[in-house]
Amino acid sequence: MRDWRYWLAEQRGTLIAVAIFIAMFIIYISNHQAGLTANVVNTAANKGTLLALVAMAQALVVITAGIDLSVGTIFVLTNCVASYVITGNPFETAAGVALVLLVGLLCGAINGAIVIYGRLQPIVATIGSGAVFFGVALMLRPLPGGTVNETLADAMTGRIFGFMPASLLMLAAIVAVIWVPFRRSVIGRAAYAAGSSEAAAYMSGVPIRRGKFAAYVLAGLLAGIGGLFLTFFTYSGQASTSSASTYTLFSIAAVVLGGVSLYGGKGSAVGAIFGAFAFRTIGDLMFVFDLDALWQPLFQGVILLLAVSFGAIGLLQVRNRLEWFR
Amino acid sequence: MERITGRMPRFLRRADPAVATAFACIVLLLLIGSLYSSSFLSLDYLLLQLKVASFLGIIATGMMLVILLGQIDLSVPWVIGMGAMMACAAAAYGPLGTALAVPFGVLCGLALGLINGVGVAYLRIPSMIVTLATNAVAQGLMIVYTGGFAPRDTATDAMRWLATGALIPGVPNAVLVWALVGGAMVFVLTRTGFGRAVYGIGNSERAAYLSGMSTRRVTMIAFAVSGALAAFGGVLLAGYASKAAQAMGDAYLLPAIAAVVLGGTSILGGRGSYLGTVAGVILITLLQSILSVMQLPEAGRQIIYGAVIIAMLLLYGRAPASR
Amino acid sequence: MEEAIPLFQMTGVSKRYGGVRALEAADLAVEPGQIQAILGENGAGKSTLIKIMSGVVAPDAGQLMMHGQPVSFASPAAANKAGIACIFQELSLIPDLSVADNIVISDPPKRFGMIDRKAQRRVAEEALRRAGAEDIHPAALVADLPLSRRQMVEIAKALARNPRILILDEATSALTAADVTKVFSVLKRLRADGMALLFISHRMNEIAELADVCTVFRNGRNVATYAAGTRTDNDVVEMMIGREYSHVFPAKPLRGEAALPPVLECRQLSWTNRLRDISLSVGAGEVVGLGGLDGQGQRELLLALFGVLRGCTGKVLIDGKAVSISSPVTARSHAVGMALIPEDRKTEGLLLPMSVRENLSFSSLDRLSRWGIIDRAAEQIANDEMLQLLEIKTAGLDIPAGALSGGNQQKVVIAKWLMRNPRIILLNDPTRGIDVGTKQELYRLLRRLADRGASILFYSTDYDELIGCCDRVLVFYDGAIRRELAGEEMTEHALVASALNIPGGKATEVRV
Repeated sequence: MRDWRYWLAEQRGTLIAVAIFIAMFIIYISNHQAGLTANVVNTAANKGTLLALVAMAQALVVITAGIDLSVGTIFVLTNCVASYVITGNPFETAAGVALVLLVGLLCGAINGAIVIYGRLQPIVATIGSGAVFFGVALMLRPLPGGTVNETLADAMTGRIFGFMPASLLMLAAIVAVIWVPFRRSVIGRAAYAAGSSEAAAYMSGVPIRRGKFAAYVLAGLLAGIGGLFLTFFTYSGQASTSSASTYTLFSIAAVVLGGVSLYGGKGSAVGAIFGAFAFRTIGDLMFVFDLDALWQPLFQGVILLLAVSFGAIGLLQVRNRLEWFR
Repeated sequence: MERITGRMPRFLRRADPAVATAFACIVLLLLIGSLYSSSFLSLDYLLLQLKVASFLGIIATGMMLVILLGQIDLSVPWVIGMGAMMACAAAAYGPLGTALAVPFGVLCGLALGLINGVGVAYLRIPSMIVTLATNAVAQGLMIVYTGGFAPRDTATDAMRWLATGALIPGVPNAVLVWALVGGAMVFVLTRTGFGRAVYGIGNSERAAYLSGMSTRRVTMIAFAVSGALAAFGGVLLAGYASKAAQAMGDAYLLPAIAAVVLGGTSILGGRGSYLGTVAGVILITLLQSILSVMQLPEAGRQIIYGAVIIAMLLLYGRAPASR
Repeated sequence: MEEAIPLFQMTGVSKRYGGVRALEAADLAVEPGQIQAILGENGAGKSTLIKIMSGVVAPDAGQLMMHGQPVSFASPAAANKAGIACIFQELSLIPDLSVADNIVISDPPKRFGMIDRKAQRRVAEEALRRAGAEDIHPAALVADLPLSRRQMVEIAKALARNPRILILDEATSALTAADVTKVFSVLKRLRADGMALLFISHRMNEIAELADVCTVFRNGRNVATYAAGTRTDNDVVEMMIGREYSHVFPAKPLRGEAALPPVLECRQLSWTNRLRDISLSVGAGEVVGLGGLDGQGQRELLLALFGVLRGCTGKVLIDGKAVSISSPVTARSHAVGMALIPEDRKTEGLLLPMSVRENLSFSSLDRLSRWGIIDRAAEQIANDEMLQLLEIKTAGLDIPAGALSGGNQQKVVIAKWLMRNPRIILLNDPTRGIDVGTKQELYRLLRRLADRGASILFYSTDYDELIGCCDRVLVFYDGAIRRELAGEEMTEHALVASALNIPGGKATEVRV
């Protein structure tokens, strides 16, 4: 069968992201002082998972040809909420987790409603809603603080069977429970179709609005899970401007590295996950090469700039210059 | 005076409902403010507000140019920081450095803006991505720079004078500078071929290209100007605060975009007047001021910001319904 | 036996776009188990007819009936449900999804609420097989397929819905000859199965092979319906042309045999597979028409000359000297002096929200300004001159161009280029969607410009117009110039016949 070739073509972006990640990770591990120990892997997995969750959220919206500049603030807001409610007995803790996820879901629904039913451009709408989300976060946690059920937190950020990072299992579970059903549902296909060609999707009778709305809502949920995980990681909550803007920026970078087209319709959240891990690993390369940590942000910025410029190669194939102006 | 009143009718006729709404909101805010404090309507207070607004105004001017093209510049935060820090740093190199501090800071912003412009116009990368990337690069550069060299970060006298002095008694220099920059922008937008091209590209780059415009060059220059103006805003902010700080630009991205959009400039490009941006800038500044007079914490300020922006856009900034 | 109720019927259906009528009280009846061909010139209302049938646009007046019951379609999805599937000329496929995804897009098979990919694959394979396109892999991305394969996917997608009425709008135009044979046998089988097929094509041989019934449209009306094979090609062409209105065209200058000095020449101009070895020359004061069916490379030729297309081969000469035009900036420069009136005035010609003043001077800003600053007095003078020259009716120079009528908008587009005094004027279907009065003004203007020495290349989808305005017409077919008609040879009949690529030039013998 020639099936695998088509599968390859469809997953090209994702596979490139996987390849970049593996290459980077090998360089990283082979130069790491401690080498491939469970501890090193676990730390890398935890940091990568944080970004991967936010990047998945961004990918969902980008697939519909939108953009969510509020993912970072939803991430921070849910972190602040989580630092209050995830305590007490297992039942209370579970209720707390549910509440945090609900907050994320609600934020996503607000974005979706403004963009789809309010007909505002995603970029301004999410800048505005992001300010609101961040304001609420600031109200909750102007200063770092709060607690979290440490048993749960340690379980989620620790290792299972002594070598397997729990965070990766959680990530796999999220992909299985949220992403795969979305990808395979009519709604998910509508989101892709709307992002790829809204006119053709309309002609084919695709439920465009429902598809887009679902993408925004699930993006909120995923960013919320990210915020939850951040709380497990830090045992506290903080309304930090810098983590909100950093995670928004990095989520877009991860999505681009992960082969999700900013014009919509192309790519997958799995690609975004690997994009996130790759981006994190690139950032951490600095450490293993014993370079000053000061250079890390510059290094990441330059990599990002080069990665997006690489996409411009497609321009050379344009035969009709009017196609520049889409 | 005669001439101004003579031109009023046409001026009013062409006023966008959005601009009128923004000015109405300014009046409303002033009234609300005067309930809290009688000094709210005093000349001193208003001049102070204008002075605070001028920094945002200069930054929003560049942002507006880019938004008119239908693009966006998200590199503003660190270009502001870079402009401020580079200007201060130049002062460490003797009298020549001190003299050239301001132009040097602006030049650095221009260079970064040029990178944005090349990326958007020639490589046709979405502006959101290029400018985010250059923002990261600028941030990286500044972190390396301050971390590695512990540079001079105090503002020069010239910078302080530009931001806080008063050439005309009673009128802060920052306001004068904004007026000059704004006047120049109005002139460029309304009286030059470049300005027409900016509006044309924002409306339909296809049509502008087929009309024989060098659309790529115009786009690149607009981004360069945006970078230069953001850096200039940073230089002034450093003068105002007497020193440059790394994250000083973070608080200006959202207000700059909001000011432009609230002033009736379409985020899709091609429509908007500088008068609207002025209204937007004053509106945002007054809103901030009132929220602080009301002693609302930063949190409440953020929430009201976001809510006001979305509410106003829902009022008049919606895209047409499909079918 | 009582008279059978047709499967589908439309009566008195009208549709207007702005001031232009596309359909006027059109009637149509569709019967199961037969292939009905729809014929008509460009703009006769065929596209609007099928858009209404498939729910893309709503009619202004008239009634649609299925099995004698009134129906109305709010969206393409509703028409689908009622059993009408349409294969559009502009493809309705989603480029980033796979072939199988696209085939089942409107109603994917589900299992536990999720799309059942195995079932989807089966449905897609079955549909592709029925369409005779087994060579297309269901997992392939549509974006990676060439145009002819996409068209086959489009056919399979329509078949997968098991429609009772299948509409094919120029569905064969992008296909290879081998595909056409396959598709035809598929269509014949569907007819035997009792499906009703509406077949729209410009290729007479295809119609002759397939159709049971033919319906001719002209100016938005159904003018004739007849059993296939009862009329000759010539009769059909006559019916398509008709004589409902005639334009008043300005007199053409009488010229001797002496050739005009060529201003614009091109030799062996080619671009991808859309332009093949185009050689032509246009003299000073000459109006040369580009004829043929829509989409045979005429637009591409104009864009190529104007420097928009990349990778053209061949030569372009201005005044006998080879030039390289790589952008509209060069094309409009003094040395070349070219102007292009683009295809779509709303997105390519005008900046609709901007004022008439700004639009008029937009192409000439380099001439109207000094040191980049616009000389407003000079701008005013130039604008006034253009308003007068073209008699543009506007409430003022400061109102948005979008507020003008279609005809006046088009005048603004032309005026903005005339302001540069171009020597070579390329027009891309400039009279589409404008009223008759303005059309006549434009015809006079074109002739006046030519008399002053301009060289004009004029593409139009209206044959009447080409005959009335042009000194010569070059007929395009499949990216190449198929025929050149001049003087007495330029009849509507000859144009239609050579556009349809009917062999032999005998058509000129027959006059209306």
